[in-house]
This record gives sequence, C-alpha cells and structure tokens, in this order.
Amino acid sequence: MAERSFAREVQQLRLGAGAEFRGEGILAITKALLENGVGYVAGYQGAPISHLMDVLADASDILSELGVHFESSANEAAAAATLATSVMYPIRGAVTFKSTAGTNVASDALSNLSSSGVTGGAMIILGEDYGEGSSIMQERSHAFAMKSQIWLLDPRPNLPSIVRMVEHGFALSEASSTPVMLEVRIRACHVHGSFITKDNRAPPFSLTQARNAPVRDTSRIVLPPASFAHERDKIARRWPAAVEYIQKHGLNEFFDGDLSDVGIILQGGMYNGVMRALMRMGLADVWGGTRVPLYVLNVTYPLVDPEVVRFCADKRAVLVVEEGQPDFLEQALSRTLREADLPTRLLGKRVLPMAGEYTVAVLEEGVRGFFSTTGIAVELTPRANAAAVLDEEPVRALASVVPARPPGFCTGCPERPIFSAMKLVEKELGSHHIAADIGCHLFSILPPFNVGATTMGYGLGPASASALNGGEGKRVISFMGDGGFWHNGLNSSIGNAVYNKSDNVTVIVDNHYSAATGGQDLLSSRAVSRRRSTGHAIARAVRGVGAGWVRQIDRTYDVARMRDTLRQALTTAVRGPKVIVASSECMLNRQRREKPLMQAAANAGKRVVRPRFGVDQDVCTGDHACMRLSGCPSLSLKHTGEKLRDDPVAVVDNSCVGCGHCGEVANAAVLCPSFYRADIIENPGWKDRFLLRVRGAVIGALQKRRAARHWMPA
Amino acid sequence: MDRPITIAVLAIGGQGGGVLVDWIVALAEREGWRAQSTSVPGVAQRTGATIYYVEAIEAAPGQAPVFSAMAAPGDVDIVIAAEWMEAGRAIQRGLVTPDRTTLIASTHRTFAVSEKEAPGDGMADSGAVTAAARAASRRFVAFDMAALAEQAGSVVSSVLFGALCGTGVLPFGRQSFEATITEAGVGVQGSLRGFALGFGAVSAPTEASRPPPAPTAVLAPVGHPPYDALLARAAALPSDAHEMLAEGLRHVVAYQDIAYGAQYLDAVKTIVDTQDTIAEVAAKYVARAMVYDDVIRVADLKTRPSRAARVQREMAGQVIAVTEFMHPRMEELLGLLTPTLGTAMEQRPRLIAMLGRVLCGPRRIRTDTVFGFLMLYVAAGLRGWRRRTLRHAREWVRIDAWLATVRAVAADDPALAAELLANQRLIKGYSETHARGLDKFTRVMAAAEQLRGRPDAAGWVHRLREAALKDEQGLALEQALRTVDSFVNERTAA
Repeated sequence: MAERSFAREVQQLRLGAGAEFRGEGILAITKALLENGVGYVAGYQGAPISHLMDVLADASDILSELGVHFESSANEAAAAATLATSVMYPIRGAVTFKSTAGTNVASDALSNLSSSGVTGGAMIILGEDYGEGSSIMQERSHAFAMKSQIWLLDPRPNLPSIVRMVEHGFALSEASSTPVMLEVRIRACHVHGSFITKDNRAPPFSLTQARNAPVRDTSRIVLPPASFAHERDKIARRWPAAVEYIQKHGLNEFFDGDLSDVGIILQGGMYNGVMRALMRMGLADVWGGTRVPLYVLNVTYPLVDPEVVRFCADKRAVLVVEEGQPDFLEQALSRTLREADLPTRLLGKRVLPMAGEYTVAVLEEGVRGFFSTTGIAVELTPRANAAAVLDEEPVRALASVVPARPPGFCTGCPERPIFSAMKLVEKELGSHHIAADIGCHLFSILPPFNVGATTMGYGLGPASASALNGGEGKRVISFMGDGGFWHNGLNSSIGNAVYNKSDNVTVIVDNHYSAATGGQDLLSSRAVSRRRSTGHAIARAVRGVGAGWVRQIDRTYDVARMRDTLRQALTTAVRGPKVIVASSECMLNRQRREKPLMQAAANAGKRVVRPRFGVDQDVCTGDHACMRLSGCPSLSLKHTGEKLRDDPVAVVDNSCVGCGHCGEVANAAVLCPSFYRADIIENPGWKDRFLLRVRGAVIGALQKRRAARHWMPA
Repeated sequence: MDRPITIAVLAIGGQGGGVLVDWIVALAEREGWRAQSTSVPGVAQRTGATIYYVEAIEAAPGQAPVFSAMAAPGDVDIVIAAEWMEAGRAIQRGLVTPDRTTLIASTHRTFAVSEKEAPGDGMADSGAVTAAARAASRRFVAFDMAALAEQAGSVVSSVLFGALCGTGVLPFGRQSFEATITEAGVGVQGSLRGFALGFGAVSAPTEASRPPPAPTAVLAPVGHPPYDALLARAAALPSDAHEMLAEGLRHVVAYQDIAYGAQYLDAVKTIVDTQDTIAEVAAKYVARAMVYDDVIRVADLKTRPSRAARVQREMAGQVIAVTEFMHPRMEELLGLLTPTLGTAMEQRPRLIAMLGRVLCGPRRIRTDTVFGFLMLYVAAGLRGWRRRTLRHAREWVRIDAWLATVRAVAADDPALAAELLANQRLIKGYSETHARGLDKFTRVMAAAEQLRGRPDAAGWVHRLREAALKDEQGLALEQALRTVDSFVNERTAA
C-alpha cells in the first residue's frame, strides 16, 4: 500500500458539472482524464508523479464504475506499450511516468507508437523532474518529443490550464493521429488550486468492444514498407493537422501589453515565474495584467510558425524564455524569423542561463538583461533582492555553520544495517568497487556510509559492474533494490550476470515495497492486495534465471549475519554470481501499519510490549563511533552539562522505533557497551508485576549491600 | 490588494511541514481568500531539507490571481522554520529580508549527519543563526517548539501554526485558525493543545534569562569524615579550580575509593606547585584520566540504583526488561589479571584465541533479571582488585609520563601545559575506537615535544587536537602534523 492515502481526496473525482474542485495538480489531472472519457490508464511511479499513481490506485473503484482499466505497470516501457490499444481502436488512453528517467526506459515503445500513429487519443503525462527537488540527471523531455514526433504540451501551471490541456491534448492527438506528451513540472504536480468541473464520461468505445471485435491493419505495423510510409505521413499529414488544430483552438495564448515593440515568447510552464519577475520590475500585476506582450506556448512542439510571425512582426526585440538545454525553441524560432525575413531581434540564452532552473530571480535578471542588451528604455522598479542582507557579516558567517542536510535513511530503516555491515566488511577486506542503483539504498553514497561508486539506472546496478567481472583480484559488489529488480534488474542485471558467468556479488535490498517512490506494492510485496498478485519471492526469481549461490536474509538488522554473509560472498571459492537477498520491511510502512494497531490494543487494555533503545550517558565517551556506522535520525547528540566532559554524548530520542540496529552494531563492531534496549509494557499482567517485584527486591538488596561496603559521594 | 502574502516553510522531511501548509491554505480559503501552495518534497526527500511555499490574496470578483510557484529572495513576508538550522538555511537563501520578513522558528536542533559523525563536538553554532536572524529579519519569533509539541502530545507543526497566529501577521482571527485545525480533522485535540502553547509563547517568550545560580560552597563537607578531609585538602588549592575539584573528587572516589581521591589531589597538587594558573584544567583532565573506562567501571555504572531510575525516566513508561549489548574481548579480560600473569598470557596468542572463543564475543545481558544483574554486579565488585591489574598499571605508566611532561613545561609555558592536559580529551571510546584515540594522543604529544620552546606551541597543539577530533581516521590530523613537520624541520635545517 502506498505511503500516502488519497482515499478522502479522490471523492472529488465524482464531482459533476459546474462544481468547484480544490486540490493538488495531480488530482486535477486525474479528474480531467475522467471528464474526457479516458478508457484506460497505466503508469510507473516516480517523483514528481508518484502521487498520480497513488491517486489512481485509490480511485480504482471510481475508475471501475466508469469502465476505465487501470494498471500499475512493471516499468515505463510497459506503461508506454499499453498505449498500443489506441493505435487500432478509438479508445483514449493515458500513461504516466517521470521524465527523463522514465522516458528513456519507455523510448522503444514510444518510438513504435508514434511511428504507427494512433486512432484514439494517446496521452503521456510526464512528471518533468528538473530543477530544485529533482532526483535525476538534468535533461529535457523536449528531445524525446522531437525525435519521435510526439506533440509536447507545456500548460501554464494552474489547474484550469492543465485541465484544459488534457481535454485538448486528446483531441489534438486524434486530429493528428499522433500521441501527445503533457509535461508537468515538479511544483505544478503539487500545486494546490481549483477549477470548475464537468461530468465524468464513460469511454464511448469500450475495451470490451475492442476485445470482441478485433481490428488489424498491417499498414499500422512498424515494418517496411509501412515504416517508411509512417515517416512520410508524419510530415505530410500529421504535422500540418496538428498545427491547424492548435491554431484553430487557440491552444497557445497571447497576452497584450502596452510595450508593444517588445515581447516575450515563453513555455507555458514558465508563465507564473515570468509574471512574478515582471511584477517585481513593475511590469505586471498579480491579477495577470502585463505591460510586456506575451506569447505563451502551451504547446512547445510543434511550433506554429504563423503565430510566431504574427507576434514578432511589429516588435523590435523578443525574449525567449526556454528552460533547459539545448535551446531547441530558440533555434527553431530564429529560423522562423529568418525565413519570414523579419528584423526582430531574438534574445534567449544570451541573457538567460543556458543550464539550470529558471527561478524568479533568474528570470528577473534575464528580463533586465534583455532591456539593457537591446537598449530599449523602460522604467523598471529597482531589484527587491536580498543581496544587501546576504552581504552582512552575521549572514555570511552562516556559510560555515549551517550543515548540508541531504535526504537519508529514515529512523529504523532496514537498509541501514546492510550498509553498516558493508562498512564492517570493508574494514576487514579493504575497499571494493561498489556499483549503486536507484532507490532509497542510494543514500548509502552519503555520509556516514560513503559507499557506492556509480549509478547507471534503475535495475542496472549489477549490470553496470559487468566489465569488472572476472579475472584476478577482488570481486565487485552491486546493490539493487526490489524496485529496480522488478523494473528490469531480473533480466538486465541477474540474467545478464548468470549468462556471462559473472563472479560478482549482488545485494538485492528487499524492503517489500517500491519505497523510494512512496511505498507502492511490487510483485514481491508481502501484503495481500485485492487488485494485484503479490508474494512472489525475489530469491525464487533469481534461482529461476539460473543463479546458484543465493542467500536469503530475513532480518537485515542482524548486522553480524549480514556482515558474515557479505564476507562469505566475497571470499567463497564458488564461481558464478553471488546473490544476497536482504529482506526486511520498510520501517515507514511498517510503522504506518503497526502503530495504530498497537495503540488500539493498548487502549483496549491488552498487554503490549514495545522496545526502545537508550544510551547510558555516563558509559558513552562521546566518540560517536556509533554515528559513523549508523546515522539514524533518532540517534542524536546531547551536552550532559557534566563539568568533566567537553564533547556531547550520544542520545536516542523518542522517535526511536526499537529496530535494534544500534545495539546490533555496537555488538558486531565491538563499539561500546553504552547501548541498552528497554522493553516498555502497557497493561502488564499479574505475572509481569510479580516478576518485577521479585527481581526489584533482590536487585535492591544487592545494591544496598554494595552501598554499605563502598561509600560513594552523592 | 496588489500583492499576495507570501509564506515559505522550511522543514525536514518527516516533520509534518505539509500538514502546516495545508492548514494555512485551508485557513485562507475559509476566509474567502485565494491561496496556492507548492512544494518540492519529492518522495525521495526523506530526512532531508524541504521547502514549501504559499501565496494568498484576498479574492477579487471576476479576477484570478497569478501566483508564483516559488519563493523569491526579497519577496517573502513570513518564513516559518521548523528547525533552527533550517532557519539559518532560509536566511542564507535570501528568503529573510529586513524590510518585510517575519521569521518564526523553532530553536530546537535536529542534528545533521555531518554534525553527528565528528569524533569531537561537531554541533553547529546555534548562536550564529540567532545573530543572522537578528540582522536579516524584520521581526523574529523563536522558541523551542519541539519541547512545546511534546508537552502537548502533538507535532511541531501545530505549535508553529499557533506561533503564526500569535504574531498577527496574517489578518485572520484565532477562532479561524482553530476552526481550520478542527475542520482538517486529524489529531485535532493534540494539535489544538500545541496551537495554544505556540500562540501563548509568542506573547510571553520563554527565553527569559534565568538568574545565574547562587554560588554554593562546592567544597562544603558532606558528613562523611574521610571524604570531608579530601574536600578540605582541595579547598587549599587555588579557588578557581574548586568547582572542578569537587566534580573530579566525586568521580574519582565513586570510581575507586577515598585513597584514590587522595591520589587525585596529589597529582593535581604537583602540577599546581609548578604552575598555579592551570589548576582548573589540571583538576578536570587528571580526573578524567584516572577514571579510565574498564570492565569494572561499566559494570558498576550499569548496576547503580540511579541508573535504573534514569532508564525508567527516559523511557517514559513501565520498563519490564533491560538488555545490555556487551562484547567482552580478551584484551579486557587480560587487563583484569596481574601484570605478570597478564603479560605472560599475552605472549601466547594461540591460548588467547582459544580462550577468546569461549569467553568473548557478543553478549546480551538482561540486567533486569537476577542472574544478568549478578554477572555485572560481580564484575563491579572487582573494584578492590583494580589497583593490582595489568590495565591499571598500564594506565598509570601513561598518566605518569603525561603528567611529567606537563610539569616539565608548566613553569615556562603554562598555556602549552594546559593544552597538553587537554589532550586527554583525545582518549575515549572502547576497543578499536579507544586504540585509535590513544594513537592520536601519542602523536599529538610527540608533536608537542617538537614544538616545545616555540612561542606558538600552545596554539599549534590546540589546532592539532581539534584536527584529531574532526574525523575518525585522523586525516585532518595527518595534514596538520605535516604542516607542523614542515616548519619544525625547516628550522632544524636552517
């Protein structure tokens, strides 16, 4: 089950015509899909559209009522391939995943899909993971749109615009037989806003109709000579049809302003940032009024040349606001102006940075740069930036004070002990090349673990160590999560290692969920799911593709066992891939499940025992060796106030979930005897009370004896 | 209105920043305002720094506001930081400016890994954030909201929401704030309690300067004549060291016995006799060196009555079982033998390995049970034997050599002597950590020997020690030692 539930919010998906919807961007997109008669939806989770998948999962009942099919795909390729249904049948389909990580994986299907062309509207909703908060390499989706000829929608980041673009996106797709991408940036996915709803529509042509009356047409299959015809059709028919639709329905927007000899051409997604930048210079107001004319590209591919020419015709200079690189739009616009023989100056990346997120401050700099470069005199409000205060001494002093705070393993995370064990093994056997993968376990690359050399993609960790396989010397270790394993690791990494007789070691971190993306279920999840088939053990799959040396560890917190197994894998004489499946449930999900149950049991008067860890502060010497093998958020520091001490001691705060890692590490690494586990009981039974009393009496007597023999100052 | 109210919320993943933002939006909307919130939490931001942003404006008929999706430097009216260093981060990002920003922050700390992993004191300087907040904000409201949240049985976001209301920077009444919490319907009672505490704390800041504690006679007799005699002796030493001497005596006598206390005073006195300005430092570090961490001490600390009481208090619940994580090694057990026997055994690695397999290894001991408690109780009872052990002999060889060095420089260079005393700080931890600490101590002391006679010797020893406490492997120390080497050798060459 996903970590965030939208059970309450999805009720808004039932709103009828004329009601006001309030909520997050992703929920609005879902509502728009239903309003536009979507027939099926699929996708693969990943920030920033993870919650879209969670919303869809939580809305399963509503989707079923409308006859909409929903799948949690195995990966983005599977999701994109789902759109094949729209090739032959007049059924609208939507898939979603993050870009560009997901687009990369989906490329094969996307290329085939766009070559064949579609009958029913096909929409790919892309979470554009670019700029602050992104967790992937910084690339643009734009290149994918261009190379496969898929139309790219980049709506203004407010709910009505996004919803409108879903509606037109399907129609555009159908009008031009071309799939469309709807690009939503990180903040737009999570933007809270409102729009006026319409009635939901069941798909007019059902999936059952398609199943019962199959259609085929070899000219739609990507095989010569059809594939050559597809390419010609893209240019001769589909492109002009799209341009016509965009123009006719006014998908791109023009905003007039009194400074008519200048203008800004911008991606729809940049609209709010540009408006705020203009407002800061006194060129716009918060209600949408602007002095600079704007041409907003809610469709950034294809461009509509007549609109461009019309907008630029009477202007001395135009600024292009295009986030990311290369500057595809600027190049295209330049050519359009050149061909139209317009003298309008075009400035883009000359005054705006080529790379990096376009924040309000960056955009403001760009617009100011535009005016000063072109020499067009406009009175601008002076900068309201923070430069002056940032230059003050106490503020500058913060640079050496405020610590970086990258994401890390949660309190009680079952992956932490795996990397503690890895560090202990490295202390014995020296450092090894360690290939990392995508997932929570990638936090191992950060302090305190500092383990992991490269990441090459989801499920590709072990594959990325292929070249280092065999020969003399140390073995290579790869990490891969259960998410990556099922995404494509089983084949690309394990199958590949078996077939190539790899001698490397692979650790599959199995936390029972796709945890990094929000705790969605997987094939190997232990929970019983009403709608999915779970419980398929990773170790069985690994053996199934031919791995011989497979070790299953069912309690990762056993650091000593984890360490011994790793050591064995690195030193055994057995040839062939060594696979360790390290399984323990994601603590975030486990707590979410167990905490309310325990609370309810305690409230009902039942005997409940809960472990928690502590540090004896007078035994702790403040050397923090435990921190360097753990980094648990609940393991904190405290100055005791004791005069003989200089350094803070370790302390376990009350967020401790009692996973046992600190005790296990203290034992396995022979750290110190400071840690203890306390079992805390609620509603003790008579046996508990009796034992407590007897033990207390004996121990008390012993302590009295000691006090009598050894005097101690208070 | 021609500009929206802008609010940035900085939190750490898992702190409930999202809940606070949802409340703010709901509050604005129930007041008939238009509001937009955005965030870049990303589900991958666990435990990492996270920023949320809200804009709100009074609705105007027929018009839709164009909100910004991100906070811009110089443009933020209210910054809410759910942790103290996050307040610092907000200031660094330029979100807090003197012309418009009200900064509402909790002063509690959640330490970053970089602060925690230093072998010494890696905690960031909270005072620096206070200074920056004063310089950068228009108004500045800060108190420990985590403590209030705990008091309320809630989370920090409810206290922050109360503080936001208390500052009056939003034009909405308290009833509306509270109704928002009630309407959201999750953890309502706790949140309302947290809200009230946060609200109250703004008008009555808790950071009232407490009067300094009245000076007490730290060496006053306690009614145990042999100990009182020690206290009287300590009183004859320089008065600036009295507090530390009282503390040192308390530890040393509890560790061993009255005679050990006398030995402590003797050791301090020999230093004071050469140089009386370093009495306090001597009192501190001599005591620390004397109460070295051995099996007997750990067993004693874990079987004291005060310990059980502390566990009970810290766990805030009925504790029915206490499990200790011990890992005795042969080194520790041999340390309990007499020097002759112990060193003889050390020559026989095969025997040690065999015994180690039987006696040593990870042990989990239930000190709440009679048997488990007895094991440690018996070990603690070895106190009387301690003076005859190999470990004691070795510790005292080191302590004597160290104090001799201190005395040798004390008369000419008291600052250096004080630094040498403080080097005791390097020795800490158990097993390997202890060995590494001892190694660092030895290296810093050796470098000090080379530096002796230079006017900047004390400064360099201080720097070397700070470097040694920066990382576990001693990389920073290595570098600092190379620097020392370079100029010391230069002088020799010249």
